[in-house]
Amino acid sequence: MAEVLVLAELDPAGGGARKTTLEALTAARALGEPSAVVLGAPGTAAGVRDQLAEYGAATVYVAESADIDDYLVAPKAEVLAQLVSEKSPAAVVIPSSPEGKEIAARLAVKTGSGFLTDVTEITADGTATQVAFAGQTIVHSKVTTGTPIFTLRGNSVTPEPAPAAGAEQTVSVSISDAAKQVRVVERVVEQKSNRPELTEASIVVSGGRGVASAENFSIIEGLADSLGAAVGASRAAVDSGFYPHSFQVGQTGKTVSPQLYVAVGISGAIQHRAGMQTSKTIVAINKDPEAPIFELADFGVIGDLNTVVPAATEQINARK
Amino acid sequence: MNIVVLVKQVPDSGSERKLDPADNTVARASADNVINEMDEYAIEEALTIKEAQGGEVTVLTVGPDGATDAIRKALSMGADKAVHVSDEAIHGSDAVQISAVLAAALEQLEYDLVLCGAEATDSQMSVMPALLSERLGIPQLSGARKVTIDGGTAKVERQTDGGYWSLEAPLPAIVSTWDTINEPRYPSFKGIMAAKKKPVETKSLADLGIDASAVGLANATTQVLDFAGRPPKGEGVKVTDEGDGAQKFVDFLAGQKIV
Ligand SMILES: Cc1cc2nc3c(=O)[nH]c(=O)nc-3n(C[C@H](O)[C@H](O)[C@H](O)COP(=O)(O)OP(=O)(O)OC[C@H]3O[C@@H](n4cnc5c(N)ncnc54)[C@H](O)[C@@H]3O)c2cc1C
Ligand SMILES: Nc1ncnc2c1ncn2[C@@H]1O[C@H](COP(=O)(O)O)[C@@H](O)[C@H]1O
Repeated sequence: MAEVLVLAELDPAGGGARKTTLEALTAARALGEPSAVVLGAPGTAAGVRDQLAEYGAATVYVAESADIDDYLVAPKAEVLAQLVSEKSPAAVVIPSSPEGKEIAARLAVKTGSGFLTDVTEITADGTATQVAFAGQTIVHSKVTTGTPIFTLRGNSVTPEPAPAAGAEQTVSVSISDAAKQVRVVERVVEQKSNRPELTEASIVVSGGRGVASAENFSIIEGLADSLGAAVGASRAAVDSGFYPHSFQVGQTGKTVSPQLYVAVGISGAIQHRAGMQTSKTIVAINKDPEAPIFELADFGVIGDLNTVVPAATEQINARK
Repeated sequence: MNIVVLVKQVPDSGSERKLDPADNTVARASADNVINEMDEYAIEEALTIKEAQGGEVTVLTVGPDGATDAIRKALSMGADKAVHVSDEAIHGSDAVQISAVLAAALEQLEYDLVLCGAEATDSQMSVMPALLSERLGIPQLSGARKVTIDGGTAKVERQTDGGYWSLEAPLPAIVSTWDTINEPRYPSFKGIMAAKKKPVETKSLADLGIDASAVGLANATTQVLDFAGRPPKGEGVKVTDEGDGAQKFVDFLAGQKIV
């Protein structure tokens, strides 16, 4: 069976492969036999092999070098291009993070290939599905030149185990000077959260301008915690200083596609919809019956969030 | 400091956007076209750097003739001049091909810094800095929430999940800006009047030394096979809270086996 290279995205905190990686391994199986590629500083791959094997990696290529960690994106693209030229894979699948998309772009130029970003499905003949224009349009596309490169949008595919050998192979790396131009001087974490990662969460509770203050976002956090959900925010809430920017959902924030999305005090502007429209079930709580978010909602409550949300949180907690 | 800002004209993200069933490309002719909102942050950043350090700001656009409207907007904000690459043969090109055209156009300009938006709202790819970095061999500092130009060095805070990375690279470099970086200025009346007289140089593929067979729909590296509107959602349930809104919400969640 043809080999398909899957770039592994790892949890920076050392928690192993991210869910997006398991999704990419699962999606790649439509195209052939996946091999995982682990790139990072020395020691990065320790302990992730078993997980990658469980989700179908026949081979786990490991390239470790301080240069991969010290410089932005370009070294990873360089190693991946080297593997593509050695292995001639049928395709390359990469999780669709900002970095993943940039690696895909560089790899496309290096290998003379086409690439498709944010795909939600890949079929055996290499046809990919993409969601365009804030979720309004579903597109089927294909790479017609070179080695097809796909970046897979998070939460589009359900990870399914398919145990494989996971034979570890060390790849020797020597990063060129050209790929060592952008030095990562420091990685700063500003907020730590014990909640699930926004783009991976199966439930997201988001608050908008209607929440009215930073303090009042505790209502949103309370509901989120009762459901084991991640917290999101609209841009108006972020711009008003209610919640940090890294939790923004929408066109210029995160794209989420959870099982359940609860929009609280959010009007449903097109730019917000762009980031959540493909959620499986959508609930809206808004005091304005005309709010456009209700057009999307499977269930809507017309009411004041300050009474509805705390009451719902209490009832959910009471059921536990 | 010579700064080139990449500006794209896109269908307004607030209006209904469509693909053209004739060839599955973005329906631009019939669209309500505007400057890519995300590029306004790049223009603002360029103007701020120029105001502090001197130099010239050039706008570079690849797009149909009508894209001059986006160029005028950038000039009215305060950019000095523009280059507009327009050629029928470019229609239907994908990101890989557009990056080749932009790279060729950049090679004919003198620049210390290239700025662009974090993403075009029509394609939503966020890949142009990576593609151009690869083609031009200049460093890519993408996703900036803060840019500092310190002599021959670009320093950027790259926005990440829950924080940022500090990046550093020598100039010339390409930097993309997020909408958290600044507050773009509105063109003043004086700016709008002045923009009418600013030079806009139009270039064809031939002017860039690019063969038509390298671009266009027929030579693209990817192909849109078909498209369809997203199937409409079934009518949802809407309740008005009369003291029982929370109960009904929780019942709904229970019905979905979520609680
Ligand atoms: C280039 C660009 C990019 C953008 N990117 C994004 C993006 O990534 N994400 C994003 O979200 N937006 C984005 N926007 C902004 C977007 O257009 C909207 O302005 C924004 O989504 C509105 O946020 P909101 O719904 O919270 O606020 P509003 O539109 O002000 O809505 C607040 C809602 O809360 C309701 N409400 C008020 N009080 C209560 C109460 N007590 N109880 C119940 N309901 C109440 C109101 O009825 C109203 O519907 C972008 C805009 C541009 C131009
Ligand atoms: N045709 C184009 N002409 C000029 N600039 C462009 C063009 N396409 C993309 N860009 C720039 O690249 C950025 C990122 O676009 P994208 O990678 O397509 O999301 C945009 O914000 C623009 O600044």
